[in-house]
Amino acid sequence: MITRRHFIAMLGSCFALLVPGFVGAKTTTPGGAQRALTGGAKATRDRVTLTMPGIAENGLSVFTTVEVASPMSAQDYVKTIHLLAEKNPREQVASFHLGPRAGRAKVATNIRLAASQQVTALVEMNDGSFWFDTRDVVVTIAACVDGG
Amino acid sequence: MGPAIARVMMPKAAKAADVIEIKSLFRHPMETGYRVDAVGEAIPRHVVTLFTVDYDGERIFAVDLSQGVASNPYIAFYTVATRSGELLFSWTDDRGETVQLSKSLTVLP
Repeated sequence: MITRRHFIAMLGSCFALLVPGFVGAKTTTPGGAQRALTGGAKATRDRVTLTMPGIAENGLSVFTTVEVASPMSAQDYVKTIHLLAEKNPREQVASFHLGPRAGRAKVATNIRLAASQQVTALVEMNDGSFWFDTRDVVVTIAACVDGG
Repeated sequence: MGPAIARVMMPKAAKAADVIEIKSLFRHPMETGYRVDAVGEAIPRHVVTLFTVDYDGERIFAVDLSQGVASNPYIAFYTVATRSGELLFSWTDDRGETVQLSKSLTVLP
């Protein structure tokens, strides 16, 4: 249950996050992480399926699944799956490193979202090509609040 | 004694070349470093930054995590059952603490 005291504390935490120069403030511009990871190379919207709820009631923990269409053979496999959240204080949320021994290129985790935003799954294949998918997620209670 | 810090859910046995799902759960606050306590002091960041899985001594999966991952990080992934052996799961946080858990997998012909 959220008491009035907790609610006020939550609001305080949210505003603190918005103050420029606050601890751990954003160091990259939105979308900067993707450019850094691809080195400016082209990424194509295909082969990747990012699954997230359209409305996340709790930004503290949003179930996220990424699946990539890949034979996962020694010649053709997914190397890395990056999860990027452009409006989080740190855009690069997690990076999963796979190899042909995975058998299936599918990973799942729970991520935090500081605001309603577009989440990106950016995938690098072993041949150096980049593929991606995005999901717009509306967050009801953002992850900047207290009470994790 | 509290609940286990690390949990891994996976089959005990599989047929060779089967693709198995592995689910892991690790008890950790994943403190973002953005929050302040009741007296306005910043709560220091404390997050698991690396999760690795070695199967029979070979690295088969790794994750770089950040404060953007929810507390008690859950990670699920797949691997091909190659041969009977140990899977070693390791979680390392930004204070340099590492927790390891080993699970054995029996691979049937």
